[in-house]
Amino acid sequence: MKLTKRSSSLVATAVAAAMLMTACGGSDEDTGGEGGDPTAQSGGSFSIYIGEPENPLVPGNTNETEGGQVVDSLFTGLVQYDPETNEPTFNGVAESIESDDATTWTVTLNDGWTFHDGSPVTAQSFVDAWNYTAYSPNAQGNSYFFNHVVGYADLQAPTDAEDNPIGDPAATEMSGLRVVDDLTFEVELDAPYAQWPTTVGYTAFFPLPEAFFDDPEGFGEQPIGNGPFQAEEPFVPGQGITLTRYDDYAGEDKANADEVTYAVYAELETAYTDLQGGNLDIIDTLPPDAIPSAEDEFGDRAIETVQGDITSLGFPTYDERYSDPRVRRAISMGIDREAITEAIFSGTRQPATSFINPVVAGHRDDACDVCELNVDEANALLDEAGFDRTQPIELWSNGGAGHEAWMEAMGNQLRTNLGVEYVLRMELDFSEYLPLRDAKGMTGPFREGWIMDYPVAENFLGPLYATSAQAPAGSNTTFYGNPEFDDLIREGNGADNDEDAIAAYQAAEDLLIQDMPSAPLWYRVNIGAHSEKVENVIIDAFGRIDAAAVRVIG
Amino acid sequence: MGRYVVRRLLLAIPVLIGASFLIFAMVYALPGDPIRALGGDRALPPAVVAALTDEFNLNDPLVVQYVKYVGDLLQGDLGTDFRGRAVEDTIAQRLPVTVRLTVTAIAFEALIGIVAGVLAGIRRNGFMDNLVLVSSTVVVSIPILVLAFVAQFLLGLQLGWFPISGISQGWYSYLLPGLVLAAGSLAYVARLTRTSVAENLRADYVRTARAKGLPNRTIVVRHTLRNSLIPVVTFIGADIGTLMGGAIVTETVFNLPGIGRAIFDAVRAQEGAVVVGIVTLMVFFFIFFNLVVDVLYAVLDPRIRYD
Repeated sequence: MKLTKRSSSLVATAVAAAMLMTACGGSDEDTGGEGGDPTAQSGGSFSIYIGEPENPLVPGNTNETEGGQVVDSLFTGLVQYDPETNEPTFNGVAESIESDDATTWTVTLNDGWTFHDGSPVTAQSFVDAWNYTAYSPNAQGNSYFFNHVVGYADLQAPTDAEDNPIGDPAATEMSGLRVVDDLTFEVELDAPYAQWPTTVGYTAFFPLPEAFFDDPEGFGEQPIGNGPFQAEEPFVPGQGITLTRYDDYAGEDKANADEVTYAVYAELETAYTDLQGGNLDIIDTLPPDAIPSAEDEFGDRAIETVQGDITSLGFPTYDERYSDPRVRRAISMGIDREAITEAIFSGTRQPATSFINPVVAGHRDDACDVCELNVDEANALLDEAGFDRTQPIELWSNGGAGHEAWMEAMGNQLRTNLGVEYVLRMELDFSEYLPLRDAKGMTGPFREGWIMDYPVAENFLGPLYATSAQAPAGSNTTFYGNPEFDDLIREGNGADNDEDAIAAYQAAEDLLIQDMPSAPLWYRVNIGAHSEKVENVIIDAFGRIDAAAVRVIG
Repeated sequence: MGRYVVRRLLLAIPVLIGASFLIFAMVYALPGDPIRALGGDRALPPAVVAALTDEFNLNDPLVVQYVKYVGDLLQGDLGTDFRGRAVEDTIAQRLPVTVRLTVTAIAFEALIGIVAGVLAGIRRNGFMDNLVLVSSTVVVSIPILVLAFVAQFLLGLQLGWFPISGISQGWYSYLLPGLVLAAGSLAYVARLTRTSVAENLRADYVRTARAKGLPNRTIVVRHTLRNSLIPVVTFIGADIGTLMGGAIVTETVFNLPGIGRAIFDAVRAQEGAVVVGIVTLMVFFFIFFNLVVDVLYAVLDPRIRYD
């Protein structure tokens, strides 16, 4: 067995080398013959750093960056996102997505799309995939993306008081999904949501071929997608996967390179050393020590992108001490975000000025009047609210995940600026911290993180602050509940046009800023780098590299 | 001899059962909810959490979970991790990497360690002796993590002699991590051999051999070394188990997809089945190599008999 393994890896190396040589030779001869853009080059292979994916490579179960990166290269959704503006563009599978009332949507597909096994991408490919993901016994992490589709509740298994599933769900298919013909299907939502076409570019909405349903486990190791790259070998845990260009790709953005290898690294430092040594081409994030010197070392090969995420300091609105909005506003004003993002994060965070991240339409740079340091007003507000400063503020976060330094810096700022002691409550591991937070167990301000699902302003509001999203049903862990806020979100979702929608979302955000269930802290700025062998490396707002766009030049 | 080996192997069964239950209980005792952690800041829908909890029997009491685990085990099923991947697949894929790393390390340890120890032992207070003493002290006092990064940076990146990470270059990929992993034990083996050789060289039978006029080479290799190796073999045998555990750091820094990394990830994710499967396997290796060492005694010293 050992022998076969060794010899097969030798063969693989030889084949890879041969392919590389032919690719290089080929591009020399072909440069003139490509037609179109004379500078466009194709061919070659390159590698991208990833961490170990948490889940099998099934779109419905992939919601973290590592696996998402690979799945994104293997699949193309109904729409794609413009890397500059994050607006949806119709250069995916959908020809159009239309609705008269923002509730019933008709999706029309382009003809000619195929999966890597040659089978056509049809309306059924989407409907089956979505039903599978939503059906709770399949335990797909992205199932909640379909909770606005009519019939979603019928696919959830009933549970007893202790959360044990009892029996099967009432249905296996959502009644709100209807196949009209091979290239058309209808989606009925439980309430108007005008932004819906923007959401369907996300991983959860990718189509699945029939082959998936025969062997979901095998598929998770070696997916059959419809994207610019295909998997000819299964994913090897701890090592990664090599994808090759899919030549029958029906989309406009065919892959430039012949081959991309996603290499799994346990340590970011090791990947960085490999990048320096020329054994790795693209790294989407740098180790903290390397960031200050990145500009010098990599020049224009350093890549910087603002991410569609937000870190906030949530308040336990259920705790008497923090139930007064004035206290929460004061604490927000007692934090010098600029100082922390510079001193602790070396500029890899951007101070937040709004609940809505800057990568999405609707962000306002000056939305939050209490997101900046204002010591006098903060103290005045605390006095007005009668805040007891003899008791320390307990600051909560999970331990051992690198949050210690900034939490302590923030505590020191609160002590200096507001004259109140602090206690760090970081003794809990992530798997203990989360359930406690869901169960209203926080006794002081606590760390919250959120990465957007799709580039819509609503995604930074509804899932975090709507009454219906209170934990454990959703991610509203501050347990903020405001009917007026809920109404405004509903109004924005049902709006006829983007302008009205954004106006309503911003009005909802204004309410949040008054009530401050949590204080926005900062957005992540990703700093990556690439070798001299590749160009046109784009990191999108999801922190993913557009592998199809990368060109191999060395 | 045969009966002795069989008896020892049979004894291993209760040890393995006890060890696996202990490991199981320890993972069970870890606080927190691993299924909730899968969702992260965004909670998984309750029905999905319920389905997963049910699938991994996480709501059952410890003993019930263990009985279910052993029941599956008897049917040849080591369980699955949260990714839905069979634990036996993980072991089959990752064990060869750790075995290669350990073999490389043991080879360095035995070869360099014994040669250096013998050279130092036959000329006490000579140049070789001092060199071995000083260098082994230095190596032992540096933490393996530091050693790993320095080796990676100097020999891998700056000089380019060895691959920095991964296993794409066959056995060549294992040389540097193997040397780093072996470093501490290697120094120990050298010192152990040195003391043992030096002591034996003063023994009566060596004096007799010298008096008979045997050449120095024969005295050292045939008479002294064989006796001197008994404590060294004991150490190296026991060290195989230790090295497999110590591989966690080396595998992480050099990005080798072995057992060490798998177990580290599994403990962090509180994946009971994976931890128990791998650790029980390592306990078995430990027992096995200790048995091999005991049998080797009889080969090295015919006076030791087991029947």
